[in-house]
Formats: sequence, structure tokens, C-alpha cells
Amino acid sequence: MSAPTYDLGKLHGGLRLQAHKQMSTAEPIRQVPVPAQLILPITQHAGDPAQPVVDIGEHVLKGQLIAKCEDALGAPVHASSSGKVIAIEPWPVSRRYGEDAPCIVIECDGEDTAIESDEDFAAYDTLSSEALLNRILQGGIVGLGGAVFPTAQKLMQANTCDIEFLILNGVECEPYISCDDVLMREHGRQVIGGAQILMHALSIDACYIAVESDKPIAIRNLAEVLGEVDDPRIVIKQVPTIYPSGGEDQLVQLVTNREVPSGGLPGDVACLVQNVGTAAAIHHWMVDHEPLISRITTVTGDGIATPMNVEARLGTTVENIVKFAGGYTENADQLIIGGPMTGKSVTSDRVPLVKATNCILVMSQTAPAKPEMPCIRCGDCAAVCPVQLLPQQLFWYTCADDEKKMRSHGLIDCIECGCCDLICPSHIPLTANFRTAKARIREQADEKARAERARHRFEARNDRLERSQQQRDEELARQKATARRAGPDAIAEILRRKQDKTDED
Amino acid sequence: MWTAVLTISLIALLAGLILSYANRSLPSDSNNLVEQVNELLPQTQCAQCGYPGCRPYAVAVVESGIAINLCPPGGDETVQRLASLLGKEALPLAEQSRPGRNVAVIDEALCIGCIHCRSACPVDAIIGAHQLMHTVIEVECTGCELCIEPCPVDCISMRSLS
Repeated sequence: MSAPTYDLGKLHGGLRLQAHKQMSTAEPIRQVPVPAQLILPITQHAGDPAQPVVDIGEHVLKGQLIAKCEDALGAPVHASSSGKVIAIEPWPVSRRYGEDAPCIVIECDGEDTAIESDEDFAAYDTLSSEALLNRILQGGIVGLGGAVFPTAQKLMQANTCDIEFLILNGVECEPYISCDDVLMREHGRQVIGGAQILMHALSIDACYIAVESDKPIAIRNLAEVLGEVDDPRIVIKQVPTIYPSGGEDQLVQLVTNREVPSGGLPGDVACLVQNVGTAAAIHHWMVDHEPLISRITTVTGDGIATPMNVEARLGTTVENIVKFAGGYTENADQLIIGGPMTGKSVTSDRVPLVKATNCILVMSQTAPAKPEMPCIRCGDCAAVCPVQLLPQQLFWYTCADDEKKMRSHGLIDCIECGCCDLICPSHIPLTANFRTAKARIREQADEKARAERARHRFEARNDRLERSQQQRDEELARQKATARRAGPDAIAEILRRKQDKTDED
Repeated sequence: MWTAVLTISLIALLAGLILSYANRSLPSDSNNLVEQVNELLPQTQCAQCGYPGCRPYAVAVVESGIAINLCPPGGDETVQRLASLLGKEALPLAEQSRPGRNVAVIDEALCIGCIHCRSACPVDAIIGAHQLMHTVIEVECTGCELCIEPCPVDCISMRSLS
């Protein structure tokens, strides 16, 4: 058994929050039965939507590809169970506010027949890095920590840098969520196996698995598995229980004591961060040959009768999952997909479980939000900001809509963790403010880039028109000169020939 | 006392001469100002201002002092920015434009392949050849509507992207 190590970098600010995790970790992971109907959005990843490759009425098998991506910028979608495609239509989803997204609806036949693949599944360590990435892409694997960035693309980007460390993120710092905790408790072997595959894909020999100190059982289990596997390349690091230590850049800072530069990626400091769930999914795909068609999610909150962690097929509706967890309590009031800090509140439980859904949180009636009061410049927000920004100053600039100042004060680096909101004695919704301001800045930048492009095209067109006009002028001048050289007789001759031709017609 | 007056006058004369020389021989910054104005314009090249593109309008604004509120696609925001750049009053827009981003769409079933719209497009966002169907490259279209008028079969319409 290898002991976890503690030598760590320092995280600025952050908050110690009430964890509320025990309520969902008492029981082991339960399997939600395959529902009668699966709703699979074609966009379950960050990037362009996948294109459906099945027709309405077609019979599909579990694990069959139903939507594919043309390039590596996306992730394909697979059928989570066998059945008939009955519709491809807009359906409410949790990713976008008030907007329906195109989904493939499958009516399950209840047999759950898996597809027989005639593909040749070579062991991962015989594959080249490129072939392995391609396999990972085909498995529909995306980052399961919540950002759902296509894993193959992330690895591809990482391979262009000189990566030294793979960091598996098992921190799960947000309150209520415990799906990674139970995954590490029960499927430690898959996590470690995934780490080995990822190291092979990156051709590196160092991996840290970072776990928050409030998950002693997970740490013990991982250490046990590691002892059995006997892989000295993998080291477990215990990180302090401070929100948001699980943010990508914050974790790199904690584990390696290297600061990811503003606007940069962990690759800039030779690190790559992957969620433990992603590693397990990669292992499941590469070794058991099942694509990403299910995930573990936490169903919790005081609005749920029996909070628990469940493994459910992607496409199962939240309604079904909540029903499996004993249903809503009497005073259930608010449904949140994701955690209490970064999750999104939804109005309907018809939304399906997608690759991003790490938590289904149902809260009972909460005290109404306290009224917002003027900023008193206490600076508490600056003290807790994990990115070391000055939220009070940024707030000032967002109110004034001063883009230059917002940029120079690093608004773009805000990770929207919500620490400043919680600490603010004036109850100013700072994070919401920053989110809108960021969206506006992004929009303006897009517009500017478009205008610049249009200007270039306009100028190029004008140049081209000018050039062709000039060519025409030159050609005319050349012909005139030739005619002049030939003399008046030749011209008369040509005119006569032309006249004859007209007469013939 | 007269020495002082004389000295100051001489210095003033000298400074005046240097300044007038510099003004004549060094390039003026009006070109630079045209660039700055052009930078603020939306580059739709729609000619709704009455000039054949954004740069010509920028030149007119800087050199002939034409009104700064003639650019509907830029909206009030552009007028505000131009006003603060040029130190002019921000008048309301002379003509309102549709909100959001619009692009031209060719009804490909009706298109007869006359290439009139292709020649009208200021940013070469329409592709097609004689007697063959044309289409708009959506990402390049600035929504200037210049292609609508020349179409003999009225098969081009505007579609909102937002």
C-alpha cells in the first residue's frame, strides 16, 4: 500500500463550505433500470453538434453509434440501450436556458441487446498514441467533471506541448456532489487503469491522483488498488478540503506548485488534468469495449426522499432518476443540475441525464435572497478569490461597462466559482455580473473579428477589381497599338471580312 | 525691458516658424484618423450611408465632415464611439436597422444563375457560376442586403441569425 503524499503548493483564498456529502454516500452505487424511453441530445459535449446517423423507425442496439462528428472537435453519441428510434426532435435540456435542443428519442425494447462489433480491439499498449486517441474519440469520451470537453481533443492539444504530469482530478470540491467519491471507492481499479492508458497516450511516466482530504475511504481504496497493481508511476496526493481546489488551474497549482498563466492552459506548465470519471470511462471503453453510455450521478438535496449515488444510462430523464431515489419530499422546491455553486437551475424534470450531469440536486424552500446593498469596499471578496482577482474593483468596471479596465483587471480569468458571492456582506451577485460581462466581451470580440475579416475581403475584392480593370485597359491598348502598326489597309480588310460574314448570316 | 520683449518675440517667431514648417512637411494624421474611424465602423460594406463601403464613409467623415449618424448597421453604439473619437455630438441614427445579425439566403430552387448578385456582393460571400445555382457563404455574409436588389427573380431573402 503506497501512502498518499502531502507536499503541496498553495491555493489563494477559497472557502470551507458545508459539504453535505454524507447524505448521499451512505449507500453503495445503485443501478437505475433502463427506462421505457431514452432521450439523447446530439450535443453532449463542448463543441459543434454531432450529426444523427440513424433514421426514425430504425432499430438500434446498445452501444451503437447514433450520431457522429465529422472532425475531432466533437464527440459521437451512442445508443444507451436497444430499441427503436421514434423521433429526432427538440427536447428540453439542462445545458441551455429555456431552449430545447435536438435529441434522438429511443423507445427501448427492454432487451438491452449490445451491439456485436466486428472491430478488432487491440490492447491499448500495442497502439500508437495517435491510434489510441482515435479510439478514445470513437468511444464518445468527454470530460466528466462537468465541462464535457472532448477528451481526445484535449489529449491531442496536450501532445503538442511537452507534458510532464498527468493529474487525475478526484477532488470534487463542490458541496453535495459525491459521484467521484463513490467511483473511487468502488471502481478504483478502473480509475487506475484509465490513468495507465492516459499515460500511454501521452507517453509520460508520472501521474498524480488528487483527492480531497474529506474522502478517506476513497483514498484508502485507491491506495489498496495501487498496491495490488504496483505501478510506481502513480502517486496519490491528498489536497485540503477547500472550495474550489478542484478547479483545473487551482489543482495544478496545488499539486505541482506551478501557476497556469493567465489565458493559458495547464499544458503551458507541462500538466494535463483529467477527471477520475473520465479516466474510468476510458478504461471501460478500451478494456470492456463499452462506449460512454452511462454515468454515475449524485441524486441529493433535502428535496429528495433517499439521497444516493446512482449509475444511470445517458438519456434517462431526471424524473425517472428522482423516482428511483424515492421521489421528491413534500417541500422540494428547486431542481438544480450540477452543484449548488456552479449548477444550473431547471424548471422541468423532463430533461435527460447527459454526459455532463454529475449531480441532480433538489433543494427545499430556501430563504429568499437578501436584498442587494451598495459595495462597502471591505475587500473580503479579494481575499477569497482563488484567481487573485479584485472582484470589488471588477464589479465597479462591469457597472461602468469599461471593457479595457475589465480586461486589464483579468475578468477573463474569472472561473465563476461563486466564492465572492458567498462572502459578500452586501449580497451583491458578483458572479452573475461577471458572467454577463464576460459574455458581452466575448460577443464584442467576435463582432470585431468578423468586421476585420469583412474589411479584408472588401479590400481584397477592390484590389482584384482594380487589377482586372487595369489588365483590360492594357489589353485594349495593346490591340490598338497592333492595329495602328498594321496600317489603315489591314483595318479596312478586317472590316470588309466582318461585313461579308454578317451578310452570309 | 525692451530686451525682454524682443527676446520673447524672437522665441515666439522661431517657434511659429518651426511649427508651420512641421505642419507642411510632416505627413498629417488625417490618414491615421480615417483608419481609426474605419476601425469603429462595422465593415458590413452595405453602402447604406451613401458611400460605396466603410472606408469611403470614414474618409468622408474625416475629410468633409459628413454626419456621423448615417451607419444603420453600427447602431447607436457606433455613433457614440464616433462622437467621442471626433468630439462631435452623438445624434440619433438617421435610419434604424434591423437588430441582430442577419444574413442573405438564396432560394436555390428559384436561382437561375445570372451572377448579378455575385457581382454585387462587396465581400465576395456569394459563390456560383453562369447558369449554375448560387449560394451565400453564411460566415462571410455581412448582411448588407446589396444582393437583393439586382436579383431578377427575387430569390434572395434576409434571415436573422440571433
